[in-house]
Amino acid sequence: MRTALSISSRTAGVLLIFAVVGTALLAYTFSITRTTIEHNEELAKLALINQALPADLYDNDLIRDVLMLPADPLLGTDEPTPAYRATLKGQPAALVLEAIAPDGYSGKIKLLVAIRANGEISGVRVVAHSETPGLGDYIDILRDDWIKHFDRRSAAEYKAEDWQVKKDGGKFDYMTGATITPRAVVKAVYKALQYFEQHRAALFVTGSDAHQDRTPLPTPSPPQERDTINTSPDGKKFGLGLREGDAGSLRKFHVEPQEAKP
Amino acid sequence: MSLADYSKIVKNGLWTQNTGVVQLLGMCPLLAISTSVVNALGLGIATAIVMSLSNGAVSAVRNVVPHEVRIPVFILIIAVLVTVIQFVMNAFVHPLYLVLGIFIPLIVTNCIVLARVDSFASKNHVLPAMLDGLMMGLGLTVVLVMLGAIREVAGHGTLLAGLDLALGPSAKQFVITVLPGYKGFLLAILPPGAFIGLGLLIAGKNYLDQRAAAKQTIHPQRVEVAAT
Repeated sequence: MRTALSISSRTAGVLLIFAVVGTALLAYTFSITRTTIEHNEELAKLALINQALPADLYDNDLIRDVLMLPADPLLGTDEPTPAYRATLKGQPAALVLEAIAPDGYSGKIKLLVAIRANGEISGVRVVAHSETPGLGDYIDILRDDWIKHFDRRSAAEYKAEDWQVKKDGGKFDYMTGATITPRAVVKAVYKALQYFEQHRAALFVTGSDAHQDRTPLPTPSPPQERDTINTSPDGKKFGLGLREGDAGSLRKFHVEPQEAKP
Repeated sequence: MSLADYSKIVKNGLWTQNTGVVQLLGMCPLLAISTSVVNALGLGIATAIVMSLSNGAVSAVRNVVPHEVRIPVFILIIAVLVTVIQFVMNAFVHPLYLVLGIFIPLIVTNCIVLARVDSFASKNHVLPAMLDGLMMGLGLTVVLVMLGAIREVAGHGTLLAGLDLALGPSAKQFVITVLPGYKGFLLAILPPGAFIGLGLLIAGKNYLDQRAAAKQTIHPQRVEVAAT
């Protein structure tokens, strides 16, 4: 009886010691690597953004100038997604937003769409997809240059019916055998452009008096604001569709636009 | 341990007890990742490093772990080790992490790691245990790379595609187009291609083994000559 007790308590003790030592090791490694990892992740994110938006088009600390966009059917999102605002010498230069094409051949296609202030697309990149390898994956820049068709296109240049693959009467190429994938991407990019046009005032003009001297943005028509944009979950109105927690990043936007990149 | 023991460990890992085509352990990552040579090599090397380190760590504590709770302790050690490696790689060798990162959590689920820890490391000294882990991992790497090569050539008609992701844009020149203008063969890239390819590899290994055994029975003197 006594030996059984001592054996099991010794066993439990050993297990406990291993668990404690293991946890301590993990916690220690985590604490010494955390800042470096965060820095690396920001760089990686920036590198991805820079693929869609050339670095010489902006001079602000883009990664910290985040606007949380509420879920919107035009973006295909069902939860708030970040949008990054690029400025050049204090002037709005471009907006990088995430869009989702929900109707890919095998599920959602996640896109990063960079739209310049003049409404031209700077670039589109596929962030994540699960299209058939070797068939529908040519939307990925690693496989094919197809995605570059979107560069410099705008809603002003192409009419609504042009935003389709050639098979459907539009202006975008596709590869035989995989039409569903490009169709979904073209549709999603066009919707993102529409979202940008509808909300450009809210996306760029931030209601601050820090830059009153800048030329007003061309706003062709008053943005067709919808409830999804301006109402926070508790019904409180926020001018930009921002959540309260984003106020900090918003303020930063105005304080440090002159911060030039090295 | 004598030199003969060490060479036996090497031979076991690379051929006799090969993880990929003999023990058939860790099939899940093997079949999922072997779509190209570069992917296969990445997973293989990461697995070899983890196996070597976890074998060494377990061997070092083998005398203080009670037999009844050895499995939970081993799993704990492997999980801690893999997570620490993941943190350190993410922080200090980020480009490599971006390539191998997705494979590292997969390694924890690879039962070959636990199998070697329990059947070899818990009964042997640190050095042979680490060698065993490394050789088992390299044996797996060889199978993975061969399977990756088969699937990549049959599926895309290329070899080493994606190397630039691992070694920078200058590595793009090493990409070999085996079959120019090849339209691709989807079956090879999808999971059935992995099963078929692995089946061929196992058959090939068994064929070589049988031929060697047959030779030995027909010409026993030839082996003696070779041995002297």
